[in-house]
Amino acid sequence: MKLTLKIWRQKDAKDRGKIVDYQLDDISPDMSFLEMLDVLNQQLIDKDQDPIAFDHDCREGICGMCSMYINGRAHGPDREITVCQLHMRSFSDGDTIYIEPWRAKAFPVIKDLVVDRSAFDRIQQAGGFISVNTSGNTQDANNILISKHAADTAMDAATCIGCGACVASCKNSSAMLFVGAKVSQYALLPQGQVEAADRVMNMVKQMDEEGFGNCTNTGACEVECPKGISLENIARMNREYLKANLKG
Amino acid sequence: MSKLDSRTPEGPLKDKWTTYKDKINLVNPANKRLIDVIVVGTGLAGGSASATLAELGYNVKAFCFQDSPRRAHSIAAQGGVNAAKNYQGDGDSTYRLFYDTVKGGDYRSREANVHRLAEVSVNIIDQCVAQGVPFARDYGGLLDNRSFGGVLVSRTFYAKGQTGQQLLLGAYSAMNRQIGRGKIKMYNRHEMLDVVIVDGKARGIIARNLVTGEIERHSAHAVVLGTGGYGNAFYLSTYAMGSNVTAAWKAHKRGAFFANPCYTQIHPTCIPVSGDHQSKLTLMSESLRNDGRIWVPKHKKDVEAIREGKLKPTNLAEEDRDYYLERRYPAFGNLVPRDVASRAAKERCDAGYGVNKTGEAVYLDFADAIKRYGKEQAHVKGLDEDDSALINKLGKEIIKAKYGNLFQMYEKIVDQNPYETPMMIYPAVHYTMGGVWVDYNLMTTVPGLYCIGEANFSDHGANRLGASALMQGLADGYFVLPYTIGDYLSDDIRTGPISVDSQEFDEAENNVKDRLDKLINNNGKYSVDHFHKRLGKIMWNKCGMSRNEKDLKEAIEEIAALREEFWKDVKVPGTANEFNEELAKAGRVADFLELGELFAKDALQREESCGGHFREEHQTPEGEAKRRKEFQYVSAWEYKGEPKDAVLHKEELVYENIEVKERSYK
Amino acid sequence: MSGIFNSSIGRKFAMALSAFFLMIFLVMHVSINFTSVFSEELFNKMSHFMGTNPLVQGVMQPILIFGVVFHFIMGFILEFKNKASRSVRYSKNSPSGNSTWMSRNMLLSGVVILAFLALHFYDFWVHEMTVKYIDGDMSGLMDPNNADSGFRYYEELREKFVSPLRVSIYTVSFVLLAMHLLHGFNSAFQSLGANNKYTKSLKGFGKVYSIGIPAVFIFIALYHHFTH
Repeated sequence: MKLTLKIWRQKDAKDRGKIVDYQLDDISPDMSFLEMLDVLNQQLIDKDQDPIAFDHDCREGICGMCSMYINGRAHGPDREITVCQLHMRSFSDGDTIYIEPWRAKAFPVIKDLVVDRSAFDRIQQAGGFISVNTSGNTQDANNILISKHAADTAMDAATCIGCGACVASCKNSSAMLFVGAKVSQYALLPQGQVEAADRVMNMVKQMDEEGFGNCTNTGACEVECPKGISLENIARMNREYLKANLKG
Repeated sequence: MSKLDSRTPEGPLKDKWTTYKDKINLVNPANKRLIDVIVVGTGLAGGSASATLAELGYNVKAFCFQDSPRRAHSIAAQGGVNAAKNYQGDGDSTYRLFYDTVKGGDYRSREANVHRLAEVSVNIIDQCVAQGVPFARDYGGLLDNRSFGGVLVSRTFYAKGQTGQQLLLGAYSAMNRQIGRGKIKMYNRHEMLDVVIVDGKARGIIARNLVTGEIERHSAHAVVLGTGGYGNAFYLSTYAMGSNVTAAWKAHKRGAFFANPCYTQIHPTCIPVSGDHQSKLTLMSESLRNDGRIWVPKHKKDVEAIREGKLKPTNLAEEDRDYYLERRYPAFGNLVPRDVASRAAKERCDAGYGVNKTGEAVYLDFADAIKRYGKEQAHVKGLDEDDSALINKLGKEIIKAKYGNLFQMYEKIVDQNPYETPMMIYPAVHYTMGGVWVDYNLMTTVPGLYCIGEANFSDHGANRLGASALMQGLADGYFVLPYTIGDYLSDDIRTGPISVDSQEFDEAENNVKDRLDKLINNNGKYSVDHFHKRLGKIMWNKCGMSRNEKDLKEAIEEIAALREEFWKDVKVPGTANEFNEELAKAGRVADFLELGELFAKDALQREESCGGHFREEHQTPEGEAKRRKEFQYVSAWEYKGEPKDAVLHKEELVYENIEVKERSYK
Repeated sequence: MSGIFNSSIGRKFAMALSAFFLMIFLVMHVSINFTSVFSEELFNKMSHFMGTNPLVQGVMQPILIFGVVFHFIMGFILEFKNKASRSVRYSKNSPSGNSTWMSRNMLLSGVVILAFLALHFYDFWVHEMTVKYIDGDMSGLMDPNNADSGFRYYEELREKFVSPLRVSIYTVSFVLLAMHLLHGFNSAFQSLGANNKYTKSLKGFGKVYSIGIPAVFIFIALYHHFTH
């Protein structure tokens, strides 16, 4: 396959950055998208140019590191996958492909396609946990009965990989799907009830302070989420937040 | 040899850990505030250790090279975590878990460590459930279990096919709580490049800020490494791209012995290599072997027809298929341990029965399971059990519920629908049982330097059983290290803060800077990947699933030559003072090029077959691994300059509570 | 509870609550208007009641105006904040792959509706206010000095829909209202946290409501235009 790539290049956080064009030949449809970029980087190194910086690690769709806006879509055109799981067979010979970093004020660019997502960490630090000591001297695991439905629904929420595609694809750069998923996981489990009110209040407060936008329910996040996390989780968070506020 | 004291407590096996805990020195809460601990790596071991140490009151500085602790590669573990809860009432016990692990490890692990692991395994489940890890439940609301290779009970707890992710997020949440409280200072996108030894004790590290390129000094009273395994020495593996041996190797160069480097686990169920462009191999969870049957065609003519695309595997008659695991190992069948399953696949493919174009793939077939589940469902729902279309549909639904995400992953990569045609799988490097040598306290041969999780060598012997890596990582981090490190730190309550303005820190920092400068200014001809790929080829071909003296000797020569070439001809673009992934990679590959040689050297001296280490010279007439009594030791290597000069120390392994038998899964 | 409306979720609640209020108002409005199609008398009676009842005029009307203004201002604030949360735009963006045009352009449809409301206020409300509170004519009669002259509301309504231009503007505006509602109706429920087993049927109802109400408004305008 022959491709024209239009890639965002930005030397560091202070640089203005611009789109740069690259031509690439001999790409196999069996390559993953990141392997295609490996090929490009190899060629750039051979030509004594700076290779394109992009985040990636596990390359099997679970670490949440890879983060590219490809042809106007988070993680590219396919559904329910990350960039590393996207294969070149999803494109055609002669295609022009735009590759940009996640765009959000709360995710500043570090270099090229690499962004700083530590805002997500700070939201979790504000309350994304259950305050249980790690002594192992808790009650026996089977003393807490959890209905299969609740466990499965909590698992569906917990499956979030924290990649930030929800923020990137939201026209408002809202992080509500990410926060909603975490709030939901704990809200659905009996272990999470004790701190439920504080948790949602603190996490939402931190989310707002980080500069994410407001959710307007366009549903783009749900479509682009590589793990198919449902909008239901945002509704649940809204409920939890209302409940917490009414409690005072 | 005098240095290799395992410090295993005296007394009966089952009381060792309890008695030990009763007698160790503790640090009182007020004094813990005066003590700093550095934890490198934030996977299951490092993450859980950081959280627990912080909770106990120590000041923890945690480091990871990823952009968040949540991204450590523990996240990719799919299948589950073992624990001797015996919830299923199928005869499980602490002893049985201990027994299975020692036997599965081919009698090459330390009894006392493994028994302790089995003891604390039950706490892991309690802990994780309390933390909100959404383990799978049955309809009664109780925890569900599945079974894994190499054992006869169901003791594996799981959260869909993402157990590692959920456990890691649990540890990450515990860390977040402590970061929020200010007890952990988190350093993301930082890579440790050296350990600093002051007066014979580990007192800090040199780290590089991967965003700015800045070299930083960090001091502490003890340093803990939870930096994972070194399987990326093979270039292609199921490891994350960034997984590396650097931290462990630097520790080794500073005096920590490196144990059993040749023990590598080759996982039987990975997606086969598709071409030269490949950067990474993808694992399909071992849990698939619960329902999938592994086979190749019985006749060469069918193999050729399949490779040419003239014959569909689904059309091959039952009697023309060779279910070779069921044939060779009737007792365990498709659920034999990983090393056995991998070698059997290699044996068939080497004999010319591989089913894809490269000849390196076997089938993992779900057709029977679909039929079986379909019938079951039809019966339960009172539907027609002879309607094959209906059975097929119902069966697929069950398979989808159990393995949906894995099947989807397979289809994305291979572009074939595994519900309709059997999956193709082939073994790939997946885990390293070897690692930094540690004593019972998880301390290396350098005082104050600890090593936990996959990075150490201790619990899995020569082969790890499925779902035991998660167990070990969390056991070390939550329940073992926090106790044992206190015993050491109790001597440090009056030490006060460790200064970074010492000669030792100067020396280490200069060392790191010189090396980075050398890489940046080398201006050679070839990229880092070029060398990494070549190293991988040597490792896979000569130190892979089966090894022999000739190959290993060649490998030692070739790796040494490649290393020399690397330092002469490697090209690293950019500068050291910026975000420069090529530079980070170059440092890691340079270390792999040293480790690789030690790996081959270790494999060469171990003239026996055990677990993941298979020496062609030592096999039974049926081609099974042949262990030798005289090699019942841990080989721990001391660094002496070049890998070839490394000095071997032996820790003899004593089995008092388990009979060393031929490991048979027939 | 204090400060809730300063948070992102709080603003969503505020948007949703004002939206509910306006949606209920729309039902009332369309019901009264629809009577004009079949009964001049009923329409006049109801109009007179709404126009002169102190509770409606003194309490409900201000609340309604507040609701409208609040909904608009909040909408603008949200849009402004949301725009600010992404300082660099994408060079290439293909949002049609993940969301509907309606959901992404609530501001646009909102502004059109706002412009329409200005016209609507000019047409009816300003006129009403002038007659009632400046001229002091609370009778609602065509000729305030002639008790037999009958109510003026129906005739005034008919008068307005003579102009084809005005009818076209009405029609276009109500099409945009339909689009605004098609996203807004369910969005309001989602914002208030309603996402459960009824969501599917609610979505269906939302579609009927969102298309039905504006359609009836358009029908009324066209009916009066063509029967004049």
